[in-house]
Amino acid sequence: MEKIIFYILALVIIVFAIASVSSKKMLRSVIYLLFVLIGISGIYFLIDYNFLAAIQLTVYAGGVIVLLIFSVMLVHHIEMELELAKVSKRILVGLASLIGLGVFLTTIYSHEFIVVENYTTTTTEDIGFGLLSYEAGGFILPFEVISILLLASMIGAIVIAKGTKLTNKKNDTV
Amino acid sequence: MNITLSITKNIHNWLFSIMPEGVASITEMVLIAVVYLAIFAVAGLYLVLLERKVAAWFQLRIGPNRVGWWGLLQTMADALKLVSKELTGTVKADKFLYNLAPYFVIVSALMALAVFPFTQEFQAFDINIGILFLIAISSIGVIGILLGGWSSNNKFALIGAMRSGVQTISYELSVGLSLLTMILITGSLQLSEIVEVQKNGWLIVQGHIPAVIAFMIYMIAGTAETNRAPFDLVEAESELGAGFHTEYSGMKFAYFFLAEFINMFIIAAIATTVFFGAWLSPFGITESIPLLGVVWFLGKTLIIVFLMMWFRWTFPRLRIDQLLTLEWKYLLPLNLLNLVLMALIVWLNLTIQF
Repeated sequence: MEKIIFYILALVIIVFAIASVSSKKMLRSVIYLLFVLIGISGIYFLIDYNFLAAIQLTVYAGGVIVLLIFSVMLVHHIEMELELAKVSKRILVGLASLIGLGVFLTTIYSHEFIVVENYTTTTTEDIGFGLLSYEAGGFILPFEVISILLLASMIGAIVIAKGTKLTNKKNDTV
Repeated sequence: MNITLSITKNIHNWLFSIMPEGVASITEMVLIAVVYLAIFAVAGLYLVLLERKVAAWFQLRIGPNRVGWWGLLQTMADALKLVSKELTGTVKADKFLYNLAPYFVIVSALMALAVFPFTQEFQAFDINIGILFLIAISSIGVIGILLGGWSSNNKFALIGAMRSGVQTISYELSVGLSLLTMILITGSLQLSEIVEVQKNGWLIVQGHIPAVIAFMIYMIAGTAETNRAPFDLVEAESELGAGFHTEYSGMKFAYFFLAEFINMFIIAAIATTVFFGAWLSPFGITESIPLLGVVWFLGKTLIIVFLMMWFRWTFPRLRIDQLLTLEWKYLLPLNLLNLVLMALIVWLNLTIQF
């Protein structure tokens, strides 16, 4: 049964991934991408990575896709269609993708993967302890570095969004 | 994959005794899905009726009273009418996305229902990240509204959809953070364990001051998430026609409408589970009769639903800038402070437990 569900999910992911890059309507390809992301989160659910699956749904399906839809809505009209690229470009991209696929497949088939027999569900508690432990195997340093990175990017976004207002105020005081 | 379907062990055992394992588990899943669909389609319709009755009560009218005794079959008749109506659409709409949008909204609403513990046994899917799963699912529903508004090829629908996107993205933060405040007490995201913790007193009592603040923030943000008045800028009829679902008719419109009411039920059910002890009775007075859990759960949920209807018929609509100011300048900082306060209280063991 797990095999059947896996193949259904894999089929969904592949079909919609192809549809997403080949569709000529912009918003449609965004929605096909959404289906791909939901399919991936389905696979995470299948292997009991519940936390990762929920994060995949919130961050990618709920966050990134909504942002993409917003940007498409702002710049794109319903009657517009994307132009087809030149034939030479298409061949070039096709070759590049084929090389990528080749590297990917050779890596997969040249290594042996060990099937884990008795797996346990990772609880949120384990993830939390892992993130905040400073012993060997802990992730406290990357966790803090990422927090600072996020804070910096937030401040940067505010400065860019308020750009002229901030500088005007400075000029007034001077 | 271990899906732990914990609805009544008897049926589970009976199904597995008469069928091979694979077939039995599929049958069980289909059975549960059908039961949930049937129950909540009807429950949604009766919530619509409740809304109309409450509205009538607030405006000193009688409300629907012709179809059936006390108007009880009114919304059933409405549903039949909606099924038989013609499905219209605009000429230059993106047909595929236009037809897809209502399903996004209704499917994400129905998926969230699976995790609620109606009683100890009547819970379809006791996933170990329950609350996070609910937040994740509720963030997908908005995609349906955005798509519906855009693909209708109608200016008013587009404006409504944009407003909805802004509103839902902003208020999702407050919903998540206020629930996170309560998670500090329970120490678990799993809904059955959250209920287990509340056997020593409901969380709103255990967490006293910060819990009450969190509940108030949750109710404000939850009302905004369901796009109901006073946060119904999405479908403000005096400004936008009907907002994002202007171009929808018949059953597709009914999906949007039903999803709104099921979402309201979901927000109320989350509040019941996290703040008011889900199926637990006050002071354990009916602990010996586990079946009464459903009554307690639905009773508490309906009281909160009534509260949301009360909001709707009491407060005037907010302007879009007021809406964003409320979230980003008041609720969010308050929420973060509240989170620290709750952490202090849990750390110093100041929670009230019976």
